[in-house]
Amino acid sequence: MYRSHVLVCGGTGCTSSGSPQIIERLKDEIERQGLSDEVAVIQTGCHGLCALGPIMIVYPDASFYSMVKVEDIPEIVSEHLLKGRVVTRLLYDETVTSAGVKALIDTDFYKKQHRVALRNCGVINPEVIDEYIGTGGYEALGKVLTEMTPDDVIQVLLDSGLRGRGGGGFPTGLKWKLAKQNDADQKYVCCNADEGDPGAFMDRSVLEGDPHVVLEAMAIAGYAIGANQGYIYVRAEYPIAVDRLRIAIDQAREYNLLGKDIFGTGFDFDIDLRLGAGAFVCGEETALMTSIEGKRGEPRPRPPFPAQKGLFGKPTILNNVETYANIPQIILNGPEWFASMGTEKSKGTKVFALGGKIHNTGLVEIPMGTTLREVIEEIGGGIPNGKKFKAAQTGGPSGGCIPAEHFDIPIDYDNLISIGSMMGSGGLIVMDEDDCMVDIAKFFLEFTVEESCGKCTPCRVGTRRMLEILTKITKGQATMEDLDKLEELCYYIKNNSLCGLGQTAPNPVLSTLRYFRDEYEAHIKEKRCPAGVCKALLSYVIDRDKCRGCTLCARNCPAGAIIGSVKSPHIIDTEKCVKCGACMEKCKFGAISKR
Amino acid sequence: MACKKQTVPFSGTKEQEEALKKVILELKDTQGALMPIMQKAQDIYGYLPIEVQTMISDETGIPLEKIYGVATFYSQFALQPKGKYKISVCLGTACYVKGSGNIFSKLEELLGITNGECTPDGKFSLDSCRCVGACGLAPVMMINGEVYGRLVVDDIPGILAKYN
Repeated sequence: MYRSHVLVCGGTGCTSSGSPQIIERLKDEIERQGLSDEVAVIQTGCHGLCALGPIMIVYPDASFYSMVKVEDIPEIVSEHLLKGRVVTRLLYDETVTSAGVKALIDTDFYKKQHRVALRNCGVINPEVIDEYIGTGGYEALGKVLTEMTPDDVIQVLLDSGLRGRGGGGFPTGLKWKLAKQNDADQKYVCCNADEGDPGAFMDRSVLEGDPHVVLEAMAIAGYAIGANQGYIYVRAEYPIAVDRLRIAIDQAREYNLLGKDIFGTGFDFDIDLRLGAGAFVCGEETALMTSIEGKRGEPRPRPPFPAQKGLFGKPTILNNVETYANIPQIILNGPEWFASMGTEKSKGTKVFALGGKIHNTGLVEIPMGTTLREVIEEIGGGIPNGKKFKAAQTGGPSGGCIPAEHFDIPIDYDNLISIGSMMGSGGLIVMDEDDCMVDIAKFFLEFTVEESCGKCTPCRVGTRRMLEILTKITKGQATMEDLDKLEELCYYIKNNSLCGLGQTAPNPVLSTLRYFRDEYEAHIKEKRCPAGVCKALLSYVIDRDKCRGCTLCARNCPAGAIIGSVKSPHIIDTEKCVKCGACMEKCKFGAISKR
Repeated sequence: MACKKQTVPFSGTKEQEEALKKVILELKDTQGALMPIMQKAQDIYGYLPIEVQTMISDETGIPLEKIYGVATFYSQFALQPKGKYKISVCLGTACYVKGSGNIFSKLEELLGITNGECTPDGKFSLDSCRCVGACGLAPVMMINGEVYGRLVVDDIPGILAKYN
């Protein structure tokens, strides 16, 4: 028994900001101060507050240290762990109040959150199966195998109202029911962990922080539809997640929670890992299965749906990581419990990855129906540097931008679609007044053009034409007819592409056109970028009254475009200027501005 | 995108070939083994030149054009060798809105190469990547797996100097 546990986050965010060094130093220091028998150091998954990493929590008092540095460790060990005096100056400042130290769950970041899928992330050591079992792990699998029929399991899921968390929002129970109805000598259960949507990393966090929950849920799925083999298709860009999944699968096999005759019930189920190789289209279900088969990951037309003919031509279900992470809890707590959270048509919680121009970047899990305002202002801590909110982007390259006028809309599947965006996998990128919406639309199109697999013409050629028009707009060379053509192309590509990638590729353009048409028109009619992003439309100018003639800008200009003599105001030759902004960065008097 | 560096002649060793054959023997009979074999082969050789693809084809009986098709479909398979220090800059949305585009331009300027290329001395190769999942540290770049976060353009010369 240890009297104190020190939890250090070992997720990708905190690992990148140095948590392995923290753990190493912590262990050394604890040993040096003779506390090895009293204090345990545990590496956990993600706590969500990635912006403040590396994160460290000391139990039993749950003191939350943020942005811990290796140099701070000796003090934390000798003061807090040895003498029991919390080092207040190093705590997360939100938890420090005049009345004493506030519990983490009472801070703005955590108090509106409700963790179901992320239940164990940051709480258990993901590399030890006993810790998962200790928090109720594999109990749901036991219950399913010994007390429930496959139809019962499917009914529970249908009653819970759980919908796919990977983007489409298809009812999970229905998907399973369809796969069960198809008789076959072999069926498969697949897990989509190819989280390609840039800016979304909730699936990675679940895999890193609680890998067993996915294995357990897949085994439950196998029992429900009559499959004995599962595949997890995971991005190779997630090395920590891949490692922990491997460890988890080995441990589960050792405990006979995967393999033959699980719980002595005669049910066999095993799982294999397959690594992606960097193709965004492989997040699409038919493409993902083609990729597991070892081929070019191109999608194919549906029907036949995967529930009829999926992997290797056999009935297959495919769910995403976050969807699976909800299932054991639904089995144990009942469908009514799950359905009591959320809105009428979107039950439960959803994990969002907050990124971009927001204070608390990181992962948050909120009940469906929470408003964007609550997420951005309260949980996210608002926008840094006193800037004004412009839009929140959800759904990645398939989604759209939500402007300030919809700040109070409750977030769920249907509401987001009605305002021209989508839930997607849950990336939520906040943009402020310095972001140009035409540039953002162009950014997403560059992404789709690069990732289009090339199989169908509307997507392969159409997205390229769209990108060309967008590039023209950002260079100030487009006409209003181009804008009409762009819009026409959007609908054409949406209606005629083979798979989800092409069908949703125009969304970033359509939604920015819907809410920010004035920015497009400013680029076209006035040859002006209102946010000051599009380089071709910018010009840098020196304010004669503020310039002291120090010559610093002229010396730093790579193009030799600044002229003027010492102690007299300088001028920028716009013909020569390459708009790199070096002069503005260097000017000590704030005399240079762009417009 | 073509690599500016002249393609170095293939120089596989006997050990590498044996390691590859062992991998193929282990995986050959599993369903859909081609991608795992190619991933392991890339681990062994660092890239997948046509010589390695031919070896895989010979050992597995899978036609070479099929292997080439897979190799060119996925961005992680490299047909050209990478630099000694592999730089990848995240151009995912979260990093992009925090200015990773400028970081990328600075690297292009300093190294004199662009996306997918490597420096003539074989030292640095530059790639853009899509989200390493460290969005809390945006903008982010990686050099041989080491993550550099919360970057500003002025950090870049100093970081590169560490590898020179």
